Amino acid sequence: MHIDASKLEFGELNEIIRNTEADVEITGCMGQRFIAAGLSDRKISIEGVPGNALGAYLNGAKITVGGNAQDAVGDTMNEGGIYIRGSVGDAAGYAMRGGEIFVRGNAGYRAGIHMKAYKEKHPTLVIGGRAGSFLGEYQAGGTIVVLGLNEDGKSIVGNFPCTGMHGGKMFLRGSCEGIAFPKQVTTHLADEAEKAELRPLAERFCAMFDLDTDEIMNEDFTVVLPDTKNPFKQMYVTN
Amino acid sequence: MSINYIYPEYEVVRNDARCIRCRVCERQCANEVHSYDEERNLLISDEAKCVNCKRCVTLCPTHALKIVKSDCRFKENANWTDDTIREIYKQAESGGVLLSSMGNPKPLPVYWDKILINASQVTNPSIDPLREPMETKVFLGKKPDKVKRDENGNIICKTSPQLELSIPIMFSAMSYGSISYNAHASLARAATELGIYYNTGEGGLHEDFYQYGPNTIVQVASGRFGVHKDYLEAGAAVEIKMGQGAKPGIGGHLPGAKIVGDVSRTRMIPEGSDAISPAPHHDIYSIEDLRQLVYSLKEATEYKKPVIVKVAAVHNIAAIASGIARSGADIIAIDGFRGGTGAAPTRIRDNVGIPIELALASVDQRLRDEGIRNNVSLVVGGSIRCASDVVKAIALGADACYIATGALLALGCHLCRSCQGGKCNWGIATQRPELTKRLNPDIGSQRLINLMTAWKHEIKELMGGMGINSIEALRGNRLMLRGVGLNGKELEILGISHAGE
Repeated sequence: MHIDASKLEFGELNEIIRNTEADVEITGCMGQRFIAAGLSDRKISIEGVPGNALGAYLNGAKITVGGNAQDAVGDTMNEGGIYIRGSVGDAAGYAMRGGEIFVRGNAGYRAGIHMKAYKEKHPTLVIGGRAGSFLGEYQAGGTIVVLGLNEDGKSIVGNFPCTGMHGGKMFLRGSCEGIAFPKQVTTHLADEAEKAELRPLAERFCAMFDLDTDEIMNEDFTVVLPDTKNPFKQMYVTN
Repeated sequence: MSINYIYPEYEVVRNDARCIRCRVCERQCANEVHSYDEERNLLISDEAKCVNCKRCVTLCPTHALKIVKSDCRFKENANWTDDTIREIYKQAESGGVLLSSMGNPKPLPVYWDKILINASQVTNPSIDPLREPMETKVFLGKKPDKVKRDENGNIICKTSPQLELSIPIMFSAMSYGSISYNAHASLARAATELGIYYNTGEGGLHEDFYQYGPNTIVQVASGRFGVHKDYLEAGAAVEIKMGQGAKPGIGGHLPGAKIVGDVSRTRMIPEGSDAISPAPHHDIYSIEDLRQLVYSLKEATEYKKPVIVKVAAVHNIAAIASGIARSGADIIAIDGFRGGTGAAPTRIRDNVGIPIELALASVDQRLRDEGIRNNVSLVVGGSIRCASDVVKAIALGADACYIATGALLALGCHLCRSCQGGKCNWGIATQRPELTKRLNPDIGSQRLINLMTAWKHEIKELMGGMGINSIEALRGNRLMLRGVGLNGKELEILGISHAGE
């Protein structure tokens, strides 16, 4: 089903999407928010720029975006996939518990904040370019990958990555010298086994965005892991 | 262990002539205060472990036990009280942050007790609720500004989603994890039977309780624990938790040790992992951002459910509520500084926030002044203790009240304020199977129903006395209230006159 969104308010657009069971192709998207919120088992493709909270609480649907997306992509998503050819704004993948988000370009602040994992659910966030400050804040599970495929010489992540991280794993391409990680995480260069673990994901990302997997995997990767699952253990005394 | 300078706070007084050595006290105390000395055929007590929860006292078949506050006290000092001295010893020994539970116990003003309710005499006669119908039903949600008609002149009946309450009281948020499965079962069943609502808190919804969904409010907090499509759809309303009266500005932190079994399942996080809900939602920095979360929840639930925004009563609450009323939220819940909690730093609990009475009055007035009062319903809690508190809250401008401490008391809580230890002898604030089984949900839910039924009768009596036969006619009717012993500023904020005026 094709929808020309250029003259629709977000409520109208989302109602049309909810009321059809077909896959949806949206053109002329102009910042409409909450597209595909809570949607399951459908394919949504978007030309133009979807607004904030694209795919919030997503429950199995697959969304592809030809250009950029804005803030809060995949907020609290449970299952499904969001694939973005351009860049995304802040707080992408907030508290996502399952599914995957691939961003070919850059991500803003707080990408992957509160990301979790639970049983068979293992969320994945892959950023092709660079990530803003507070990447993976309070990360509790899942995998975050940043490939840094830009050539502008800027750092692959902004300030304060992994603050409060207490679960999951992060792969940052390169040796990450000069990046200040907080005390409660440890970093090391990925060994062969870890690179092998990353490779299938990289292959899928590269296939989607016409990139060369070998070229990307040919670099060092920094692996970030939390020291403990209980970083906020504060000494309390019962009163 | 080194000497900790602290003499036990309580004494276990055992009347040996009455004691039959049945050892019930020993079996009932999870704090292990009582033990049996076989050689001497005596029950002995380690009072240092006693939290004064009265479990042993209540179950002793011969009433041989009582717990009294020890009169072995520090030298009298109006400035350095026993509590203050004891807290210093605890911190000097441990270096730890003081952790407390339940509501603020300090002798700060309780404005409910300084407000009196009117009654009719001679003119506008009072109404006998036993003889005449009295309406206590309320609807919570956004109310339409005006009657709308279609092109044929027919009234358009499509309104915003509403919660229908048989009495203006709901059970407020307590998560599964902070309280037990049986406590949740009691609340859920009672809410269903009573035609009101209970609230999941931020701990997700146990699969067994989806059946009570039509009487459940599901909560979404900064950590998003247990939040997914089915959860949002299961509830009758969705509550965004921005703050809590017992600990404004402080987030939730359930230690990994308590994330086991079903608690891990309903929160949807691995066992042993800390459940961290930071105080700020890191995607909300403005009313516009709040609006985004409100509408993302409305979109995900197809605009079928009202969205509640819960905040703690703090200094600028009127301005904050005005913003929330413009965010698209249907209901604002405000939690006063005496609200309870399963664990909060003592200093926060006892010193942060403002009384709900003043917060409610100022919010209601502000929303009226701005002409947006009907955009939202107001629900207040922290702490509502009885039917007259409810009536006073409604007359000050609330649509409904949230109760939690009162509900726990109905379930057997004795307010020992030791929830943080997880060893609740009454089976409420614990996950230990041998303790949780002490709370029978059949009995628990019946006690909650009894309490609410009694309050309903009392509310009707109070309304009837004022000559009011519908709770809607009481809302914001501050002429029905008078203050006693309040200063001019307090009366001004409460918007009521002094008794005798």
